[in-house]
Amino acid sequence: MERYSQRLAYGETIVALGAENPKVVVLEADLGKSTMSALFQKAYPDRYFEMGIAEANMISTAAGLAASGKIAFCSSFAVFASGRAFDQIRQAVAIGSLNVKICGSSCGLSDFGDGSTHQSVEDIAIMSAIPNMTVLTPADADETRLAVRAAAAIDGPVYIRIVRNDVPTYTKGGFVPGKLSELRPGSDAAIIAHGAMIEAAMNAAAILETKGISARVINAGTMKPFDTEGIIELSEQVKAIVTAEDHSRIGGLAAQTAFALRQSCTPMDYVAIEDKFGQSSHSLKDLMEHYGLTDTAIVNKTMALLRKS
Amino acid sequence: MQNVNDIRLLANKIRRDVVEMIGFKGQTGHLGGSCSSAEIVAALYGSRLRFKPDDPQWDGRDKLIYSKGHAAIAQYAAMAEVGCFPREELWKAKELGAMLQGHPDRLKTPGIEAGTGSLGQGLSIAVGMALAMNLDGHHDRKVYCIMGDGEMAEGQIWEAAMAAVNFKLDNLVGIIDRNALQATGFIEERFNTNPLEKKWNGFGWHVIEIDGHDVDAILAAFDEAAAVKGVPTVIIANTVKGKGISFAENQASFHNCALTKEQYDTALAELNEKIEAMS
Repeated sequence: MERYSQRLAYGETIVALGAENPKVVVLEADLGKSTMSALFQKAYPDRYFEMGIAEANMISTAAGLAASGKIAFCSSFAVFASGRAFDQIRQAVAIGSLNVKICGSSCGLSDFGDGSTHQSVEDIAIMSAIPNMTVLTPADADETRLAVRAAAAIDGPVYIRIVRNDVPTYTKGGFVPGKLSELRPGSDAAIIAHGAMIEAAMNAAAILETKGISARVINAGTMKPFDTEGIIELSEQVKAIVTAEDHSRIGGLAAQTAFALRQSCTPMDYVAIEDKFGQSSHSLKDLMEHYGLTDTAIVNKTMALLRKS
Repeated sequence: MQNVNDIRLLANKIRRDVVEMIGFKGQTGHLGGSCSSAEIVAALYGSRLRFKPDDPQWDGRDKLIYSKGHAAIAQYAAMAEVGCFPREELWKAKELGAMLQGHPDRLKTPGIEAGTGSLGQGLSIAVGMALAMNLDGHHDRKVYCIMGDGEMAEGQIWEAAMAAVNFKLDNLVGIIDRNALQATGFIEERFNTNPLEKKWNGFGWHVIEIDGHDVDAILAAFDEAAAVKGVPTVIIANTVKGKGISFAENQASFHNCALTKEQYDTALAELNEKIEAMS
């Protein structure tokens, strides 16, 4: 399976958007070589603003640019983009419904070595709680390109969440904000995942197949607006639903799915980070295993639900 | 506008509107900080700010960010006085569904450029607007940002101060309404943000210090700012919180207050006397 970087996809796509639309501007807080917004600086230096290590000022400045008719892309690590600048995002960007597009890079546990300070286990919850905000969680590099383009087209603020590591490309185009998409057919159970956990979900479905269980894999490429109708339809077609995310179970995919299923009889369970911070690890694989974010965990939860049903 | 007397008159009309917006039936409003900035706001809306009252999105306009958003009622009063919207809106301010919110809201109020009120963020927004004007080649337009001296405690102010110098934003004019009071008392006793001149100088801004109730000085400072090239200008305007209302002057308790009928009548009488003398 071909792997590619969501970060490179982000950088390449904002460059493409910059060529198409002179209103596109990019702001960065000294992480441009990691978030790949540096590609935009090379292509369009006049429309690129290095704001220094000052995320709050970056977001409010982006609000000023957006209020002047620009489409302002900002990037940082997800933990800083959502946390350090929360009030700036809320007050000027979201209340004013401005065209500020925030890329939360190195999300979840994907910055494995840097530890809890740099790992975002709550960014989806924080950003989803803000009225007017759209939250996109693309599955892979190809979908990141489409999500970044969708963000530019949406009138209002958007948060785009991407991982640090290269991920396999499972999607085949057709990203529609606000809609679930199917990555693998199946009729017994459904596994819903986004971003970093798509690969584990696909592997889990393959393992389940060897056990005679047909598992559908669903990509939740948008966390807000969440496709509640899509979840309800899904619940009528399978006997169990399991969610998988590299995020706290509070305020993320598990919580949104459970809310969508509140009047459904289809049982659900989740694979997510419990109410805990991350920590350093020499490898992403070890860290994901430590927090139970594995294909095995998805398989076990799915089989347990099916045994009960 | 206008001659200096007209601007002084407008400032006192703003104060009168502010008192009438607060009323005497238990509604509260930010009287002190509105009155301290009245001449600054009047000099902008009455003279220096280029705008079209009937076309708030006119792309040749200057922009004003009222970073100390709690005192927005002074801006609302000025906007109504110069015809941006009907004066009737003033009396509905802060009602459920009102066009005029407790803090500025760009979506609800035509002519309001940005949401402020979470303090310390307005100057950063102004930086973004000044950058956009440069990108668009609109070199004759300016961005003004009114801040409070209590607000200087917010760290983001100094992030924006660095950014404005970094980007050489000589189209940006900051104005500090230095009324020497924060909500809970005198700044020099509570949390001292002084000396502001040295701080802004140190950050690389062109600094002008004036009496913020002296309209001639305010206009001269705007002229000086317009001539400065390559760096942003900050005007430190020394003001009196509650200016123009005898019982409210220099009193922290009138930062955000309700007025009794007696206070209301006294304030209106004092302001009407000034307004009649100037008219």
